[in-house]
Amino acid sequence: MIRFSGVTKRYGQFTAVHPLDLHVRHGEMFGFLGPNGAGKTTTIRMVTGVLRPTAGSITIAGKDLTTDPIGAKRHIGYIPDRPALYEKLTGGEFLRFVNGLWGREGEAQQRKADELLDLFDLYEWKDVMVENYSHGMRQKLLICSALVHGPDVIVVDEPMVGLDPKSTRLMKDLLHGFVEKGGTVFLSTHTLEVAESVCDRIAILNAGRIQGLGTMAELRRQAEMGEAGLEEIFLRLTGTEQARELVASLRVTA
Amino acid sequence: MIERFLQLNGQAQVPVEPRQPGVLALYAPKWRTARRRAAESHSLARALLLGAIGFIFWAVLFSLMHRVLAYFNRTPGLGDVLAVKLLATMLLAFLPILLLSNIITALSSFFLARDLELIAAAPVDPLRVYGARFLETLIHSSWMIVLVLIPVLAAYATVFDAPARFYLSVPLTLGAFLVLPAVAGTATTQVLVNVFPARRARDILALVALLGTAAFIAVFRLMRPEQLARPEGFRDLVDFIGALRTPQSVWLPSEWAANALLTPLRITERPGDAFPLLLLGTSAAAFLVMGAWVHGRLFLTGLTRAQEGGRRRSAPATGRLSAERAIPLPLTARSLVLKDLRSFFRDTTQWSQLILLAVLVVVYVYNIKVLPLFSGEDVGFLLRNVVVFLNTGLAGFVLAAIAARLVFPAISLEGRSLWLLRSSPLRLSLLVWSKYWVGLVPLLVIAVAITAGTNAILGVSGFVGAVSLGTIIALSFALTSLALGFGALYPRFNSENPADIPTSFGGLLFMMSATAFIGVVVLLEAWPVYSFLLADVEGRTLGPADWGALATGLGMAFVLCVAAVVVPMRIAVRRIESIEH
Repeated sequence: MIRFSGVTKRYGQFTAVHPLDLHVRHGEMFGFLGPNGAGKTTTIRMVTGVLRPTAGSITIAGKDLTTDPIGAKRHIGYIPDRPALYEKLTGGEFLRFVNGLWGREGEAQQRKADELLDLFDLYEWKDVMVENYSHGMRQKLLICSALVHGPDVIVVDEPMVGLDPKSTRLMKDLLHGFVEKGGTVFLSTHTLEVAESVCDRIAILNAGRIQGLGTMAELRRQAEMGEAGLEEIFLRLTGTEQARELVASLRVTA
Repeated sequence: MIERFLQLNGQAQVPVEPRQPGVLALYAPKWRTARRRAAESHSLARALLLGAIGFIFWAVLFSLMHRVLAYFNRTPGLGDVLAVKLLATMLLAFLPILLLSNIITALSSFFLARDLELIAAAPVDPLRVYGARFLETLIHSSWMIVLVLIPVLAAYATVFDAPARFYLSVPLTLGAFLVLPAVAGTATTQVLVNVFPARRARDILALVALLGTAAFIAVFRLMRPEQLARPEGFRDLVDFIGALRTPQSVWLPSEWAANALLTPLRITERPGDAFPLLLLGTSAAAFLVMGAWVHGRLFLTGLTRAQEGGRRRSAPATGRLSAERAIPLPLTARSLVLKDLRSFFRDTTQWSQLILLAVLVVVYVYNIKVLPLFSGEDVGFLLRNVVVFLNTGLAGFVLAAIAARLVFPAISLEGRSLWLLRSSPLRLSLLVWSKYWVGLVPLLVIAVAITAGTNAILGVSGFVGAVSLGTIIALSFALTSLALGFGALYPRFNSENPADIPTSFGGLLFMMSATAFIGVVVLLEAWPVYSFLLADVEGRTLGPADWGALATGLGMAFVLCVAAVVVPMRIAVRRIESIEH
C-alpha cells in the first residue's frame, strides 16, 4: 500500500533520513518507532506530501507521490502531532472544509461528520470556533478530519498525544476497526505500549536509519533478546544506554 | 552517573538558595531570538537593501528638517520659538501613538506570550518579571519613534551648533520621555485584562487602536492644517508669536521633553534651565514605581484571566449548507473561498483594518476635492486632464497600500495549517487562484469607485476618463498578483498578529515594487495621451504617428500589466509547492 524506494531527506549537510526502503502492506497496522530526532516525523511528513524527499520515491496505492501527488493523496488521511487548525472556523465548518478539499459534499458526508463529532464528544462544540478548543479537543477534531473523507490509509504521528483515557481507547478501537475493514495504518509513536499492543509490524528508526523491522517475534530475534518486551528491544536497537540507566535508576527510586 | 542529576534540593545537606535572575537575564531570550531571527532571515543583499532604504529615509528626513530649521534660524526672534514649537508638536503627536502601541504590545508581552507559563512557574520575583516585560514592551513600542527622532535631533544639533551637553541630554531625556507612555500603557493593559479576558481585550484594543488612528488621520486632514500656516489670520505679529509661545499644556511630557532637549541649544525661553529634565526624570521614576505597584496588585489575577480565555465563542449562523451550495464555484474553490472569508471577518485584527482603509480612501477623495483647481481663475481643460491622469497613479498607490493589507498576508495566514493543504489532494494553484479572486474583487470595487468618483469631482469624462478607468482596472489585476507573489516569496508563518505581516521586509519590498510598477505604467501612458489631448485642444487632427504612439504606449502598459499578473502568480504557485513548513 505504501512503498518507500531509496527515500532520503537532507537539510543542507544534515541527513535526516538515510535511503529508506520499506513496504507497508495493504490492511496492515504499521508502527514507526524511534527516539527523538530519529527522523520519524520527517518520514511521516514525506508520506503525506508535506515534505518532498531529496531522493527516492514514495508510492501510495500504486500512485507516485511525486508524479501523481493528487492521485496519491486522495487515499490518505493524516493526523499530525501538533494540532494546528484554522482558529476562526467552527468544528463543523472545519470538517466541511476538509471534505471540500477531498471533493466530497452532500447530506451523507454531513451525517458522517456529525457522527464522528458525536463519537468524540465534540458534537456540542460543533458550532464553536476552534480557538476555544482545548489541546485534546483539537486533537480529536483532527482525528475526525482524517476519517471524514473516507481514506484508505491513515497516517498518524503520535496518535495518543493529548487524548484522555476514553479517547485513547476509542482511538485504538478505531484504528483496529479501520484495519479490520481493510484499511492501512502507518503510525509513529513514542509510546512503546501502544506500538506493542496495536501494531502488526514495527520499524525501529534511529538517526535516520532503520535498525530493526518486523513483527515482535522477528524483532526479538534481531535483537537476540529472547522474550524481551519492546522497551528492551527498543533500547538495545537504538543504543540509548544512558536512557536504560535512567530507567533503571528511576525504578530503584520509585 | 545519572544519580547526581536526581539529587533533590530539599534533601541536600546545604540546600542551594536560588539566586534571582536579573531583569536583563530575563529579557535575554527575547533579544537573542530576535537577533538570530534577523541573522537567519537577512542575507547580505537584504541587509544592504534595508540599510539603503533606512539611509535614504534618514537622509530625506534630515535634509527636510535641516532646511526648515535653517530657515527658522535665519528669522531672529520668531525662528527660535518656531523651532521649539516644532519639536514639541512632533513629540506631542508621538505621545498617543506611543501610548496605544505600548497598550497593545503589553498585552502580548505580559499576558499572551508563549513563554509566560515557564516564567510564571519559575521562582522569580514578580518585580523582576515586571522589569523584563516592561523593557520588552518599551523597546518594541518605541524603537520606530527613536529611529525617526535621530535625524530630527541631528538636524537640530547641526543647525543650532549643539554643545556636548546636548548629546548627553538626548538619551536621558528620550529615555525618560519614552518611559512615561510605556508605564501608562502597561498599567492600562493590566487594568483592561482584569476587566476583559485577554483575547477579547486584544480584539477590543485592536479595534480601539485602529479607530483612534483612523479618527486621528481623518480629523487631522479634515482640519486642513495647511491653512494654519497662513499668519494673515492673526491680528498682528505679537499675537502670532504670543500664540506660538503658549505651550500646548504645561502638564504634557512632550512639552517638558522638547524644553529639556533644546535647553542646551539656547533657543528655549530659559536657556540652560535644568528644570524640564528634572521634571521629566522624576516623573518617569515615579511612574515606574506606580507601574510596579499596579503590576504587583493586578498581574497575577490578570494572568489567570488570560489563561481562562473567556466565554466560548460560537460562530454567527452563516454556515447554512444550502446558502453555501448556492455559491457558483466548484466545490474545492468554494471551500477555500468560504474559509478565507470566514477567517477574515471573524478576526478583529484583520477586518478592523478595513476601517483604516476606508479612512485612507475618504482622505484621498477629500484631497482631490480640495485641490486648488477650482479656486480662483478657471484651470484649463488640459491641466485638469493631466491631473486626472496623475490621479490614476496615486489611486494605484492607494490600491497598492490596500493590497498590502488585504492580499499580501494571505499566504502567511495559512501558516501552521499549511500541512492540511499540502497533504490534501488539492492543486496548490487552485489555492493561489482562490486567494487571488478573493483579494481582487474588493480591490476592483474600491479602484473603480475611487477613480470614477474622483473623475466626477474633477469633471473629466470621455477619452481620458475611459483610459484612467481602464488603467486602474488593469492595475488592480496586476497589484493583486504582485501582492500574492511577494506574499508567497516572503511569508511570515509565525506572526502572532496578522496586522504585522504587511510591515515585514516582504511587505516593504512589495510596496516598493508596486510603486515602481505603477510609475512605469503611468509613464508609458502619459506622453501619448498628453499628445493626443494637445492635438485635440489645438484642433489638430491626429496623424498616423500620434495614433501609433498612443497604441504603443497603451499597448505596452497593457502587456506590462498582463505580465505582472502572470509572472507573480506562477512564482507564487511554485513557491508554495516548494515551501516545507
